[in-house]
Parts: sequence; structure tokens; C-alpha cells
Amino acid sequence: MRVSLFIPCFVDQLMPEVGLDTVRVLRRAGYDVDFPRDQTCCGQPAFNTGYWDDARPVAERFVSVFAAAEVVVCPSGSCTTMVRNFYPQLLANSPMRDKAIEVGRKVYELSEFLVSVAEVTDVGASFPHRVTYHDACHALRELRLKQQPRELLRNVRGLELIEMPYSEECCGFGGTFATKFAMISRAMGETKIGNAEASGAEYVTSTDPSCLMHLDGMLRLLKSKVRAIYLGSILARTPPTTDGKGRFMAMDGAR
Amino acid sequence: MSTAAAREFLRSAAKKSADLNHRQIIRRSIDHYNAAVVRGRATFADWEAARERCHEIKQEALNNLERYLLEFEQGVKERGGQVFWAENSAEASQYITNLAVSRGVRKVVKSKSMVAEEMHLSAALEKAGIEDIDTDLGEFIVQLRKEPPYHIVTPAMHLTRKDIAILFKEKLGDVDTDEPQELVAAARRALRKAFFSAEMGISGANFLVADAGMIAITTNEGNDRLGTSLPRIHVAIAGIEKIVPRLQDLALFWPVLASAGTGQTITCYNTLIGGPRGLGEVDGPEEFHVVLLDNGRSELLADREQREVLSCIRCGACLNACPVYRTVGGHTYGTTYSGPIGSVLTPHLRGLNEFQHLSYASSLCGACTDACPVKIDLHHHLLENRREAVRHADRPLSERVGFKIWSWTMESPKRFAMAGWLARAALRVVNAAHLDGSILDPARSWAKNHAPLPAPKKSFRELWGKANGTN
Repeated sequence: MRVSLFIPCFVDQLMPEVGLDTVRVLRRAGYDVDFPRDQTCCGQPAFNTGYWDDARPVAERFVSVFAAAEVVVCPSGSCTTMVRNFYPQLLANSPMRDKAIEVGRKVYELSEFLVSVAEVTDVGASFPHRVTYHDACHALRELRLKQQPRELLRNVRGLELIEMPYSEECCGFGGTFATKFAMISRAMGETKIGNAEASGAEYVTSTDPSCLMHLDGMLRLLKSKVRAIYLGSILARTPPTTDGKGRFMAMDGAR
Repeated sequence: MSTAAAREFLRSAAKKSADLNHRQIIRRSIDHYNAAVVRGRATFADWEAARERCHEIKQEALNNLERYLLEFEQGVKERGGQVFWAENSAEASQYITNLAVSRGVRKVVKSKSMVAEEMHLSAALEKAGIEDIDTDLGEFIVQLRKEPPYHIVTPAMHLTRKDIAILFKEKLGDVDTDEPQELVAAARRALRKAFFSAEMGISGANFLVADAGMIAITTNEGNDRLGTSLPRIHVAIAGIEKIVPRLQDLALFWPVLASAGTGQTITCYNTLIGGPRGLGEVDGPEEFHVVLLDNGRSELLADREQREVLSCIRCGACLNACPVYRTVGGHTYGTTYSGPIGSVLTPHLRGLNEFQHLSYASSLCGACTDACPVKIDLHHHLLENRREAVRHADRPLSERVGFKIWSWTMESPKRFAMAGWLARAALRVVNAAHLDGSILDPARSWAKNHAPLPAPKKSFRELWGKANGTN
């Protein structure tokens, strides 16, 4: 099966490592990977801010870019949600509506694709660290992904998965919310970081690089010992692994 | 979006977000609640099916609201009660104050009613020279503090035992301890006096039961029973959406409300009232009035997309589930209904332009929607409110133009790649010169609360292209 990559716009520009690691994992699982170069953004920033008229042409472009794809995999539960759950409403009166619903049915978040579609739970990764999993809101409550990422993590060599308290609580990112209501976002981030620290984990991971971009920025600002790493970046590690300096962190790797 | 209400929200939110004491008090309180709700839900064979059924019943009620309200009215009238249809708060307040004045009422006891808060009834009564005393313990406490309720179910959630001890010592005088039982006893002493001397009792209604022509009131303190049976006159006030079609629906709604609201299997006191004291009866008021308040609800009813918002049973579950509510607290909203349901509802009831900011003050995490026992799609309605704000309300010009440019950029992979390259180049310069957070930083609103954003030299698409698609 040939997998078409859907790389979120901010991942493309700010966290390319997340994309590269996604490719590594998919290839190791035995898939051909293709990156349709005409893709830009799914339209979520405008849609979430209420600018549906501005989001619509961007969504329509997305649908035509991926219309011919066999299956689409995205390293983000949030962007997957936009396409699968919100396109039908956004494009309700668009001539592309039916096509959008079709495309939505074949878009999967990475862990969802591996576990539920490819039926792969062990990708041969090794990451000898204590890791806690943050349930990203869209993955958890829009896509109902709870066990898939955990199952993958449990099968990583040397990885100890520790549940933090309130793992289902929002980290406070929320797109433009993080800048429009920065003080609330920060307080929510502090709470999440406190819970991650309390778990005793060295790393916090998630399906969503947007949550992790927010948490990484706050973790470094607060000089926390906990580091943020994208789920797919853990899955991409093969033994021997780290250099001990956390250089495998998606964001560090990208710098 | 810089209305007075929005500015006040931001000011208060900034203060409360940084208040670690507040964060701790609310967390502790909601932890208790969460533990109880797990037990409450466990008493249902199938909680999801119960939610689904509640949703259906409420939809049925709303889709036939006129018929059910008339049926309810007829039942009340047949038992000698009176029903007043109030289009807005002013009409409702006027009816009640006129009634009180004409009957020589000097003192009113009120059992918990969010609609009374919505219509600012206390202020109207005070203006008419009538004393009103809140008899729900939490409401009594916040009334002594001259504060609005912090939460629609637990009005004094933000206060500790110590806070209440200090308040009671100052205001009631006859108690000087922080022992909960003694504090409750002191409140009871004060409230008993009020119950026996008031001429009018005002209550809310958790449900208006159409086929029975009765109101249903749920409390844990029994204050509603004293307040609606001892005074000469009982006035019940309710929003028109509180209808359930049949008496038997309460067999579902009572335990659902209890489970979602407080984690109880069933709330302590569930009372049905259908009229004044009947012939040969020893208890009950001489007069029974029901005030049905519209106050913008009909307009929401006409909105197919968001009509279901009116199925809210005011259990407070979405407030407890909301990380924003827990961070900024109930008072920050500056509205009668706070938390997710308040953010969805208030722009409809009190004006989109003035209250649109509430629909934006959410990370859209969806915890509210999962918590709602009547399955209102709360966080998606926030998205619809935002769309309406862009269509009909004032939004910053920079935002409007910004998204036009964004859309134009994203319609072309070339423009997107170029814009990304420029932004990363700018970020690299800013980061290298340690100008992050300064006026020159394109991500300065981010930089206040985050270490500098990474600015990689190459984007994913550049790296992919370089590897000729083989990486």
C-alpha cells in the first residue's frame, strides 16, 4: 500500500524532524511513502477562528490534492480531525462536499493508522526512557484514540510508560487560544507540566506536535527536567539510540 | 473584540490564572466532584444510553415547545395557580415586584434559581423596598459576601471553610468557629427566622412537567420545601426551555441530574408542585404563580443549528470538566451562566458583539461535550458562535485582513513555501539576536510564555525534495 503523507503546515515549516520520523516509521512498517507537494494547510487556523469563508478554498485545495490517494497518514490528531470531522460541515454547500467526505474516510493519524489499519503494534523501536503520554484533545475526544498510542509505546524496547495524573486534561495550546488568551494557556500548560513532572517521567509524548510545541516551549522556559518528544520520533528510534543529550527531541533535532 | 465585557474578562482572567491559591481550591473541590461522579454514573447500567435518551426527550420537548408549555399552563391553572409569560427580564421582575407590593410583602425567601440571577431579581426587589434572602447555603454565603454565584450548582465553590468562618463571624455574629457542623447550624438559625417571617417564597424550577402541569424542584438542603410551603405566596420562575413532556421522564432526568451535577444517585429532595394549597389541605401557600421567562430563548429556538443548547438542565458538569473554567474561575466570565454552557449561551441571550470573546476563550478541548448528560455538542457550538462573530460582529481588522492573506498564501504551495521561508529567516535573526518577545519578534505573543520557537534552516518539503523523494 502506498501512503500519502499529510504534513501539517507548522510541522513542515517548524518541526521537519516530525515529518522525517513519520516517514521512517511508515517505511519500517513496510509502506511506500509519498509526499504530495501541492499540499499546504488543512485550513484549521481560519476555521477555528471563525473565518470559514477563508478556510473553505484551502480545504477544497486539500481535498483535490489528496483525492487520488490510497490512504493518507498525518502526524497530528488535530489536523486529521479537521479533515475527517469538520470538512463535512465546512464544505456542506461546496461542490467538493462528497469528495471531502471520501477523503476524510481515508485520512488517519499515525498511531491510529499503525494500530487500527496496518495492525502493527511493534515497530521495532528502542527508547530506554521513562515516558508519559499526554492525551491530545482532538485525538482523544474527536478521533477517540486512547489505546493506540499507548500500545505502540508499550512495545518500544526499554521504554517505561508511566501514566501521569489528569493525562486527559488539555495542555492549553488550542491554536490561536495560546496567543489570544496567553495567560490562561500558560496556566493550563503549567498544570500539565506539573502533572508530567509528578509522574517521574523523563519525556512527555503525544500524537500531536502542536501540544508538544507548546509544552516544549514552556518546559524549556521553566527549565524543567522533563522534555517533549513527538510519538513518531520515539517510534523512529532504533537501537542504539540517544546520545544522552536529548538530541532526539523533535524540536531540538530541527534546530 | 475589545468590548467592555471582553476587557474585563481579560483583566480578571489574567489575575485568576496566576492565582495559585485559587487553582488549588478549585482543583480540590473538583477532584471530590470527579470521584463522586464516577460512583454516580456507575449506578446506571448504561450511562451513554441514558445521555442519548435525555437528549432525545429534550429535543422532543423543544421541537414541540409551544404545545407542551400550553399543556403545562393548563394544568397549573386547573389547580388554581397562575402563569405569567414574560418576554424579558424586566417584564418578569415587574410582575413579581408588583405582586409583592400589592400583597404587602416585606420579605422574600429565595431558594436557588439561576433564572433569578439572570433577571437580576434581587436588585429589582431591593428597589421596591423588599428584603430577599437566599436560602440555599451556598447562595446564602455568596449573598452575605455581596457576590454573584461562582458556579451554577455550587455557588460558593471558591471559598474555604476558613473563609466562611470569617464571614459568618462578621455577618451573623453568633458563631466563632470553622467547624462545618456549627457553621451550618448558624446558617440554619438565621434561615429559620427568615422562613417563618417571609410572606413570599421564590423558587426556580429544574423541570416543568407538561402532562402533569407541575414544576419539579431538586435540592439537597430541603430549603425549597420550607420556602415554598411556609410563606403565603409561592412564585416559581423558570426559563421556557425547562419543559419535559411527561411525568415519567423524571424517572430518567432526576438520577441523571444528580449523577452529573453532584455524583449522587438521587438528590436529597425532589419536589413536585402543581398549585396553591388545595381544599382540605393543611400545608402550602395561598397563591401559586409561575413566571415563564423567554429572554432571548425563542430566538435560539428558531436556530436549527444551535437549538439543542436549550436542552441544558443546568447540572454544572461542563463547568467542572472545563480547564478554562478551573483556571479563570466562575466570576471572571461576568455572566450568569459561566463555563462552557455560558460561553455558548450568553452571546445568544445577551448579544453576540458584547460576549463573542467567551466563544474564543476556549482551547476547544471538548471535555465539556463529553461531560454533558444531555449530549449538547458544546465545543462545536463555540465554533459556530465564532463563525457568527466573524459574519456579524466586530472583529479586529488585523485579523480579518490577516486571514485573507493567509488564505491567499495557502492557496498556492509556492506562496506557502516562500512565506514559511521568510518567517523562519525572521525567527532565526530574532533568536540569534535574543530579540525574542520584542516588537521585532513575529511570534512575540508566544514568546512571553515560551522559550524561543525553533527556526530550522530547511522545511520538511525542502528536505524531502533534496532527497528526491527517497529521503
